[in-house]
Amino acid sequence: MPDDPFNEPRGLDGRAPDVFRPGAWMPMRQFRDDDEVDFVIVGTGAGGGTLACRLAEAGFTVVALDAGPWFRPLEDFASDEAEQTKLYWTDDRISTGGNPVQLGSNNSGKAVGGSTVHFAMVSLRFRPEWFKSRTLLGYGADWPIDWREMWGYYREVEEALSISGPVNYPWGPKRPRYPYRAHELNAAALALAEGCEALGIPWTETPLATLSAPRGRAHPCVYRGFCLTGCSTNAKQSALITWIPRAVAAGAEVRDLAMAGRIEVKQAEGHPHRGAVATGSGDRAVGVHYLREGRWRFQRARHVVVAGYAIETPRLLLNSATARHPHGLANSSGLVGKYFTVQANQAVWGLSDREIRSYKGPPSLALTEHWNYCDAKDFFGGYCYMSQGPLPQLWARVQSTNRGLWGERLMRAMRDYNHQVGLKIVGEFLELASNRVTLADETDQYGLPIPRVEYTWCDNDKALIGHALAFMRRALEAIGATDIWEQEDDTCHMAGTCRMGDDPRTSVVDADCRSWDIRNLFVCDGSVFPTTGGVNPSLTIQALACRTADRVRALAARGEL
Amino acid sequence: MTEHRPERYPGYDVLTKRHSPSWNDKTREVIDERLKTPREPRFFNVHELETVRAIAARVTPQPAHRPPIPVAELVDHKLHIDRQDGYRAPDMPREREAWQRGIEALDAESQAAHGRAFRELASAEQDALLRRMEQGELHDSSWGGMPSKTFFNQRLLTDIVDAYWSYPTAWSEMGYGGPASPRGYVRMGYDERDPWEPAQARDDGAAAARRINQRIR
Repeated sequence: MPDDPFNEPRGLDGRAPDVFRPGAWMPMRQFRDDDEVDFVIVGTGAGGGTLACRLAEAGFTVVALDAGPWFRPLEDFASDEAEQTKLYWTDDRISTGGNPVQLGSNNSGKAVGGSTVHFAMVSLRFRPEWFKSRTLLGYGADWPIDWREMWGYYREVEEALSISGPVNYPWGPKRPRYPYRAHELNAAALALAEGCEALGIPWTETPLATLSAPRGRAHPCVYRGFCLTGCSTNAKQSALITWIPRAVAAGAEVRDLAMAGRIEVKQAEGHPHRGAVATGSGDRAVGVHYLREGRWRFQRARHVVVAGYAIETPRLLLNSATARHPHGLANSSGLVGKYFTVQANQAVWGLSDREIRSYKGPPSLALTEHWNYCDAKDFFGGYCYMSQGPLPQLWARVQSTNRGLWGERLMRAMRDYNHQVGLKIVGEFLELASNRVTLADETDQYGLPIPRVEYTWCDNDKALIGHALAFMRRALEAIGATDIWEQEDDTCHMAGTCRMGDDPRTSVVDADCRSWDIRNLFVCDGSVFPTTGGVNPSLTIQALACRTADRVRALAARGEL
Repeated sequence: MTEHRPERYPGYDVLTKRHSPSWNDKTREVIDERLKTPREPRFFNVHELETVRAIAARVTPQPAHRPPIPVAELVDHKLHIDRQDGYRAPDMPREREAWQRGIEALDAESQAAHGRAFRELASAEQDALLRRMEQGELHDSSWGGMPSKTFFNQRLLTDIVDAYWSYPTAWSEMGYGGPASPRGYVRMGYDERDPWEPAQARDDGAAAARRINQRIR
């Protein structure tokens, strides 16, 4: 009788699913709620999953909570878009503003492994100058971290995930060869390459977190093309099959179907905690209230890490407000939830008289970062663009809700599915304090106030979008595509709501991802990004988590934790 | 009823691959259940289901020569199990309430304009009403503050389109390879197809493509 991962926790009774062998289990250390573990981590995605692994491997005691199920990809994942909506965060949220953001399947996962279970595996490094955007490029904010430090952590993550990438990467400082060879190009990627060559700009095979050769018990990618709906062959190097099994093997406990509701904070006795800076602070987090198997529980911990990504992280901090912290935890700056930033994801589509059949292989096998590194633009920020391979339901949604087709016009357009070719950007939007996550009045199925997300583009965002659409149109025209049209409203990813900085008045966490107000409360996910850059965030989130783990070890060794 | 469109992938049916390495157990389980979607509504009442059928006939018109994709029943199922997007505009109710209100409002508009329920209108009249909904031009009090334009785009169009393209018949029609696990694809270049992918009919006739497609396993 197969178990039900949505209603029966699998991380239980001293065992965890062995995602590499159907029906098999691996032993997992189990803590009691009243054990004061070193770290309780809320969220097990690119940030929390990586951190849980590295802290456990460093010898810390770790309990990681995830609201989502613990999937067994080999058995649980179907080749079906509708079925696989089970990977996404579909609890109630309000999305509003001048340009409301699509959430759910667009950018929010709910699973052990977080959004990496459904991500497109694009694993790009930041352009070094972006870590000092304000100082070097005149926009955004500076990160309080040097790019050369991040370069080492990027390497660590690329090795850990056996990123498959090109021999020579066309942009940025020299980097070592990617651990695994690049994937071959499908027709959609060849179309991108031809367009770039026609326009005289470089392109590359996309560095991807899916295997091009065997690794341990994981097999190479079979190019089935269902990446965004979950990899059923374990080629995709999601946190679920990389950091999490390592974390468990190193002694961490992962609890699935565990929804965190509130972080408990205790008033400081006597002197404030070393390093505390704000009045009324010096308080310590002492653990997390979470709901599992129908009842609320409390896990004690010496340190609390919030890693729920840029909506759930501020939501938890805001929902943990008390009389002493009336605006939520770690919020003396007033910035928790503010500077919510997504990335541009506009696209241009056309038809080729050749068969493209882009549903085969990972969606983005080729890309160009030309406009991330060329500053001859009349707007701030950059974008990359990549080839696309939408599956039928997604493609039908794009043709109808984005392009406006229905009836005979829709049916005619869908007939051309195997000839469609497209280019899509990941572009840098600017951070605005007015774009934010707050709490709505409505509550969810756990009784918790739901998040309200407000978003409006600024003029620079619109300039970037205009430039990108015009350029991608030229790229499609250059390869002879016809029936070209622009998808003007789409965004991806999220960041910014607990921004990192070197000044507690203008940031929520410091360079170590430690909140200024509560020194044993950390944030470890994309919320800490002061800027997003023009690349997918997952590699940077994981690199930051590796750095944070190293910083924790260093601070602990000096007795400063 | 729909305009005659010659089949691009004649003789191709993704279901012939059901026992091939392209389908795994979980896929078979899920698609089998979808193919058995009940024809009796479990969320909508009978009149609401009829209305959704009428809407679907305009949004995703189907050819008469094959068994129809049960679009309205699939939408009913989605609402019955209460599958949600996970976000909504502040003036939008959640999925179930949005649909019930939207159908009621559409009928109210139809009565006001033509003295008949939406499902009883001629298709040209139905299209005109749907276009007005799409433009945000419907304001009957029964909308209850839910903007008709938002309902059209985020619920009506989204759910009907999702339903249609969740069904194997649609995949076969468009020449999509369909489920693919553990057998994925090998030939991914221009004008390349693996033997288990459908062949497109050429201008000089469909017979060759049909022969190929009927043998796909």
